[in-house]
Amino acid sequence: MRYLRRKLVFYLIAVWAAVTLNFLIPKLMKGNPVDAILAKTQNMTPMSADARHALEVQFGVTHDPIWKQYLQYLGNLAHGRLGLSVSYYPAPVSKVIEQSLPWTVALVGTATILAVLIGVGLGMLAGWRRGTWPDALIPSTTFLAAIPYFWLALVLLYLFGGLLHWLPLNSGYDVDTTAIGFNGPFIGSALYHGILPALSIVVASIAGWMLGMRNMMVSTMAEDYVVTAEAKGLRPARVMLQYAARNAVLPSVAGFAISLGFVVSGSIATEIVFSYPGVGTTLVAAVSNADYPLMQGLFLVIALSVLGANFIVDLLYAVIDPRTRQAA
Amino acid sequence: MSSGGGGAAPVLSVRDIAVDYAGPRTVHAVRGVSFDLGRSEVLGIAGESGCGKSTLAYAIARLLRPPARMTAGSVVFHDTDGTAIDVTALSGEALRTFRWRRVAMVFQGAMNALNPVLSVRAQLGDVLRAHLPDLTRREREDRCRELLDLVGIEARWMSGYPHELSGGMRQRVMIAMAMALRPDVVILDEPTTALDVVVQREILEEIDRLRSVFGFAVIFITHDLSLLLEISDRLIIMYGGLIVEQGRATEIQAGAHHPYTLGMLGSIPTLRGDRRVLHGIPGTPPDLADPPSGCPFTPRCRYAFGACGAAVPPLLDVGTLTACAQYDPALRPDGPDDALGSASASVPAGSAADSPVEPAS
Repeated sequence: MRYLRRKLVFYLIAVWAAVTLNFLIPKLMKGNPVDAILAKTQNMTPMSADARHALEVQFGVTHDPIWKQYLQYLGNLAHGRLGLSVSYYPAPVSKVIEQSLPWTVALVGTATILAVLIGVGLGMLAGWRRGTWPDALIPSTTFLAAIPYFWLALVLLYLFGGLLHWLPLNSGYDVDTTAIGFNGPFIGSALYHGILPALSIVVASIAGWMLGMRNMMVSTMAEDYVVTAEAKGLRPARVMLQYAARNAVLPSVAGFAISLGFVVSGSIATEIVFSYPGVGTTLVAAVSNADYPLMQGLFLVIALSVLGANFIVDLLYAVIDPRTRQAA
Repeated sequence: MSSGGGGAAPVLSVRDIAVDYAGPRTVHAVRGVSFDLGRSEVLGIAGESGCGKSTLAYAIARLLRPPARMTAGSVVFHDTDGTAIDVTALSGEALRTFRWRRVAMVFQGAMNALNPVLSVRAQLGDVLRAHLPDLTRREREDRCRELLDLVGIEARWMSGYPHELSGGMRQRVMIAMAMALRPDVVILDEPTTALDVVVQREILEEIDRLRSVFGFAVIFITHDLSLLLEISDRLIIMYGGLIVEQGRATEIQAGAHHPYTLGMLGSIPTLRGDRRVLHGIPGTPPDLADPPSGCPFTPRCRYAFGACGAAVPPLLDVGTLTACAQYDPALRPDGPDDALGSASASVPAGSAADSPVEPAS
């Protein structure tokens, strides 16, 4: 419990820091959303002061002292108000994020978890019985991981989407025949469209997990407690899982925490190659349109989800490694 | 510690065990070792690092992993009802159920033999679950408590994790675990090396007490010859993967014969008796990837003569079983070198019995 409280305090401070930085950084930049939107509409005629003021109110540009702005920002944040998007004007930023976030979380989240489970599982088997078939997989998976990701994704897309026509070429679901919602055809279509991008992520990242786990497994197997477990006459499956793998997996769990952080920021390359309607695509759109409110909102969401994911893994770590419960 | 003896009713017969470590240069770590372990006997195996004593223990317990491989020999376990089990031929489920129930082991590293992420309860329970699957959860819990009680650890430590225990407590937990199935043989591989002398003493007394209660035989492996002289019934001295001398501890203490054993005894300090100069053994252990054709101790032996390098000498009964060409009447009709003969007779009396506390038995 003390461990939990300490972690909680730490993460609350981290969240506050993230939120504050998210407020401060745009303030340090020149210009404001109103200038950006005026530049975007390429309005040749000078705008009347009243019209400009209307836009300023809409985008929350004020000339209040900074502390007052900060308090307003916090208040807005508490109500989920992140401002209006410039590139998707007049849609609010929260709405844009709400539409793109589930796609990314579902796709990259599932793919990451699959890659970790498969990679760690195969790595465990490869380390447990060195020289058997999982061990033989390592060179080929390492080869796949060494290929630049965007190129690998393009090859997969060309092969399965272009040549074989087994899988769709783009988008997150079939826009023409299905409507977003909790219905069979949509979910089926979304799954069907997700296979290829998910596959590309799994294929590209599996080697790292596998190699890391295999090597940890090999060194853990030399530990006295694994030999003892064997001498105790335990079943091989129990020795492998509870004695060897349980200890060997600890570094992988830490690595998992880091990669979970990348889930929400989205594999930008994946979403661009597969024209996937997720956070990555939205972020690229926001950057290319100088859509600062949207970027700010996205960064906040990304920062918070990285912290959230790490918090969950910290808790998980305490469950699987009793030593951290006190050391922290 | 004294009871039983070798020979009469062995519980374990080891014959001609040879173990190689494969590699670019194959290392012949154990090169044909045979002995019998009597029921309830304490057999000490001593030797310096790299002499093959731990490898031998692993081979007996069938725990060798590649690149180590047993290339020859057999280990036969004799049950009380007379049935013999060929341990070297066991595999799969038969080997799994044999382990720990017949031969339990306490390992070198008191610190690392317990899994850091499982509680003491889980690790004790694992043994019971694997071998006595019919026990209920309740019964298992009670058995674990009894086992810890046996080695003087409070039941509240059941929920503890290894990092919360001291080194001595961890080794006690390991001993409790070794007792879980009332094995016939317990192999102790340097069980006290990582502990300070006071804790070491407590652990030894604990083992001795349990042995007098349960009557298991012990193979005690250590480089500490003085310790072995005190606690074991019989002693085996290993050098270069071979047994160089074997005999009752009292005999070896009273009159060791092999120059290597004499060298080891000469390096033990005493608390009482005359002040004397301690001698080390000059030189380094042999390279077992390319073992000498004769006695492995030849290059370091001050009594070596021409025949020593020719062939590995057999174990001859000269009071103790000694593998030394000096005692071979065919090679030396006039008997061993005078210096060696007198050295053998004048081993400082009580050199090891000077240990601070007498064991409980």
